[in-house]
Formats: sequence, structure tokens, C-alpha cells
Amino acid sequence: MTLPLLIRRSLRQHALSTTVTALTVSLAVGLLMSVWMVKKQSHDTFTGQAGGWDAVLGARGSKLQLVLNAIFHLEASPGNVAWDDYLTIQSNRAVAVALPLAIGDNYRGFRLVGTLTNLPLVAEFGRGQHLQLEAGGRWFEDGYREAVVGSFAARKLGLKPGDEFHPYHGLNFDPKNEHQDTYVVVGIARPSNTPMDRVIWIPLAGLQNMSGHDPSTVSDISAVLIKLRSPIAGQQLEVLYNRQGNRLTFAWPIAREVAYLFDRFGWVDRVLTLIAWLVAVVAAGSILASIYNSMSARRRELAILRALGARRSTVFSAIVAEAGAVALLGLLPGYAFYFVIIGTSAAIIRAQTGVVLDPIAWDPVLLWAPSALVTLSALAGVIPAVKAYQVDVSGGLAPES
Amino acid sequence: MALLDLTDLRKSFTAPDGTRQIVVQIPRFSVDAREKVALFGPSGTGKTTFLHLIAGILAADSGIITIAGQSMTGVSEANRDRTRAAHIGYIFQTFNLLQGFTARENVRLGMAFGGPVDNARAEELLRRVGLGHRLDYFPRQLSTGQQQRVAVARALANRPQLVLADEPTGNLDPTNSREVLELIREACTETGAALLLVSHDPAILGTFSRSESLADLNHASQFRTPSPQ
Repeated sequence: MTLPLLIRRSLRQHALSTTVTALTVSLAVGLLMSVWMVKKQSHDTFTGQAGGWDAVLGARGSKLQLVLNAIFHLEASPGNVAWDDYLTIQSNRAVAVALPLAIGDNYRGFRLVGTLTNLPLVAEFGRGQHLQLEAGGRWFEDGYREAVVGSFAARKLGLKPGDEFHPYHGLNFDPKNEHQDTYVVVGIARPSNTPMDRVIWIPLAGLQNMSGHDPSTVSDISAVLIKLRSPIAGQQLEVLYNRQGNRLTFAWPIAREVAYLFDRFGWVDRVLTLIAWLVAVVAAGSILASIYNSMSARRRELAILRALGARRSTVFSAIVAEAGAVALLGLLPGYAFYFVIIGTSAAIIRAQTGVVLDPIAWDPVLLWAPSALVTLSALAGVIPAVKAYQVDVSGGLAPES
Repeated sequence: MALLDLTDLRKSFTAPDGTRQIVVQIPRFSVDAREKVALFGPSGTGKTTFLHLIAGILAADSGIITIAGQSMTGVSEANRDRTRAAHIGYIFQTFNLLQGFTARENVRLGMAFGGPVDNARAEELLRRVGLGHRLDYFPRQLSTGQQQRVAVARALANRPQLVLADEPTGNLDPTNSREVLELIREACTETGAALLLVSHDPAILGTFSRSESLADLNHASQFRTPSPQ
């Protein structure tokens, strides 16, 4: 009873400094948890969202660019792939599925991807999970100017089955580049929480034959998504295309290419983590300073407690526990900060990439980061606690002049 | 056997000029159980130091102090703290109440370090000192007389065998002084505690059956006063 009462009353007596330092702790813990979770979840979702594909075949260039373009629907295609190259790899015995993609147009910033009508059968966004359509829709058919719109794109664009639109040339929206072709929305895809939600799917021939496109490249495609029959086949094809050939690039395995991307930008999360830890150290420092600065005023109080029989170890513990308690007070707003930061980050990442982070996902960091902050704060309390430990009882009890 | 027994007690401090200055040197002193003793001494005669030595707040240079059979000399500070928490109640001139705590909580703190906290006893003690209607008042909301009553209740909270009172009426007006002094004595009688009160006020001495001059007890040279011719 005594220790909690002593701590509670002390915190109340120093309400302003307690509030400020607790808020600093909450900011630190919120930052630590959100930086960690954004890093971990985005890494896991990006590397785990190959849509069931093992590799991407594309024009000679960067493997990462190929993956970003064909899987994550980001970046531009490094170049075109001839239709014969698609037929060649499709007929390779090591290849289970080969799906051609044609990319190069958009509708109000959401890219159009031309592909085959077997897309819903072969594309996965999770193990065995295929794209589904909202009720009342159907998949596009070859030979028609029909479109199936990803859930996020449909919501942002306000498209629904029966709506018509004119695509725009290029991957970036420019009102001056409107195509004459009119497409009809025939289906809206259900959310997959993947980059596919940002895509407008149309027949491959539709994109190849879009008005204004170069007739000489009409049969070209942008990339081929590939599912292999066995992992060993990936090595054979990599040698075939990347080492023996010089026209095409075989990006395999996809997860490794994405991991390279994260490695390349690893310094960003290291800097953010460092900043979060610095805020944590500042928080612990401000707890130290606020308690230490109050020690002169508390000299008499501590002396009285000692005169009542409190041992040095008791007052030492009280100060350390008080420092920890300030951090504990900061934890609840810290979780609030966390949900605000990760919620905002998730919304931005989803809008930019289609990848969905789960703000309420569990991770041990949600336990160890607050624990680390409380421990760090309690350690910061050791210095003023030593001062409390050393307080001169007799001197502290002397009448104040 | 005396409740408080001390022999050859000696305490010195380092003066600003670096020399050791003996402040307390008492060959022998004792207080029996339930006895009430007043010690008179002008300011600066080592009254507070003497009480702090008995309470174990200060460690003696040499000598022996025993309280209820427990030694307060030659033992660790933690042991002295334990004995103080269990056997001693302390009343200060300046009350020394914890300002952030209510009257009830201050009294509860008086028993917190020596044994279990008994909320009912805290309330009963405050009623006994006439503050049953001020249980949850903070010290700043109480008059000086009321604050000293809280301090009396706190000193008795751990059922001490010895109450040390250091100028308990020094900050009170004459009416409050009389009332508080009477209260301390009555409360000690009721609880069976011995009382050792030090004061610079000679008027108080006459109200005690046993009163002594600290100057006579204390052989530290600077406090020795010439004997009247």
C-alpha cells in the first residue's frame, strides 16, 4: 500500500512535469512500435505478395524494375517482350503457367493491365486465393472493350459495372493523352489487399490495339508472369535468359528481388529506428531531470519518511518505481500514438502501392518496446534514487529557516 | 529493566574549522516503561541530536543505547530503522507532516514501516486527538494546532513503547501548547508509551513528575554551564 501511495502522491504533486515526461515517453514508444511494425509488415507483405508467381520475364534491364512493374504495378516496364518470346517460355516444360501482361495506359492514374481471360484462374493473392468479383459482375471477354476494376481503384474512381471510360496513354494521368477507345466496366474485383486492387484489367489485345499505339509493336507485351513446376527450373531459366541470352531478363525468385529493394532502403528504417530510440533516451532523460530537479524540494519529505522508519532501500525503490510509473503512464497514449502513426502509414502505403498493412496485427514489439521504455525510465530513476538513498535524515528534518 | 537505557553516549561533528566538536557526551541516562520525562535545555544544547541518537537517526560515535532490549548502537542502519519503526514514535517541533498526504494518510504512514497498516486505527487515533472531522484534510487545510495533533496521532500509530517529542509546543500559541502537551501525555498514558520530551521552555518542566536539565546530563564541554554558587 505504502509504495504505490507514495508514488501516486508524488506524481500528483509534480503533475505538470509528470504529464510532459509521460507524453514524451508515449511519443517514443509510439514511434518505436510503429517504425518497427511498418518496417516488418511492409517487408513481409511485399516479399510475400508475389501473387503466387515465381518469376517474371521481361525486357533486358533491372530485375527489380521488372518485379515492381509486373507484380506491384509500380514503376515503368524496362521495355517490350516479343510475342514469340512469350510463346517460347510458355512452351518450356519447366513452366507451369505463363501469363502475359501488357502495360502502358492508365485511367485517371490507375494503370490498365492487359492480360488473358484466365487471369482469375491463375493469379493468386494468397495460397489458393484467387481474385473474385463482387456480385453482379463478370470477367472481361476477349475481343471486347471490357474492363474489370480492382476494388481500391473502383472505389477511388467511383466505377461500377456498366460505367464507360476512355483510357489515357502512358502510366501517368495526363488529360491531353486520352484514347478514343471506350471501355465498359463489367466487373469489380473483391478486395485482395494487394497491389491488384489498384489495377484495371482489360483484355490483352485491347491494350495492344489501343488507338494511337505504335502498330509495329502491336503484338508486343510488357512482361510474362511465370509459375514454375519446380524451384530447380528457376536456376535453369536464369542461366538461359540472364547468362546465355542478352535480350531478356528473368527475375527469379521474386521475393529475393524485393528483399534487395528493402536492403537498399534499409538505411531509412535504421534512421527512423535510431530517431525513435533517441526520443526514448530523451524521454528517459527528461524523467531523470524532472525527478532529479525535484530532489531538493523532496529532501524534507524523504527525511520524514526515513524518520518514520523507512529504510534507505525503501526510498530508493520509491524513486525508481516513480520513474517507471511515469513511463507506465505514457504507455496508454503511446499505444494511441502508435495507432495514429501506423493507421496513417497504412493508408498512405495502401494508396501508393495497394499493399495493406494491418494496424491491429499482433507483434511482440507491442510488448517489448513498452517494457523497454519502462525499464529505461526506471534506470533513469536510479540517479535521483541514489540521491534519495544518500539523503541526510537529521539535516533534512531541521526546521527550515 | 529500563525501557530506554544509554551508557557513555558520545557524538561529535566536524566543525567548519575542521576540528571535531563533541556535541553529546552523556555517561548514563534511562527512562522506564510508561515513564514521562521532560528534558530542559536552551537552544543549541544538543537536544535534537540527543533524540536523533536515541531514535537511531544518527549513529553514535560510542556508547550503548538499548530500547526495549533492542540495541541502537553497534548495529546496522537498517536495524536502527527497523527498531525505530517498531518501537519509537517521534513528534517534531515543526510537525513534519507530508504535505501531499491527508491527515489519515499521514497517520497511516506512521505505521507503514513497522507493521501492517490499520486504517481503522488511523481513524480512531485522529478521532482521539479531536480530528475525526478532518480525516481527509491536507496539512495546509489544517491550523498549526491541528497539524501538531495529526503529528501526535502519527507518532502513536505504530503502538510505540517510547515517544520522543522534540519541542512539540515550540510552534504553538499558549492555548494550543497546553492542549497539545496534555494530549501527548494523555495519549501516552492511554497507550502505555513512555514519553521523553525535550523543550527549552522551563514552564513545561513543572508539569512533569521527572524533569532534568540536559546541560547537567550532557558532559560535552561547550554545553557545561557553571554550577550556581
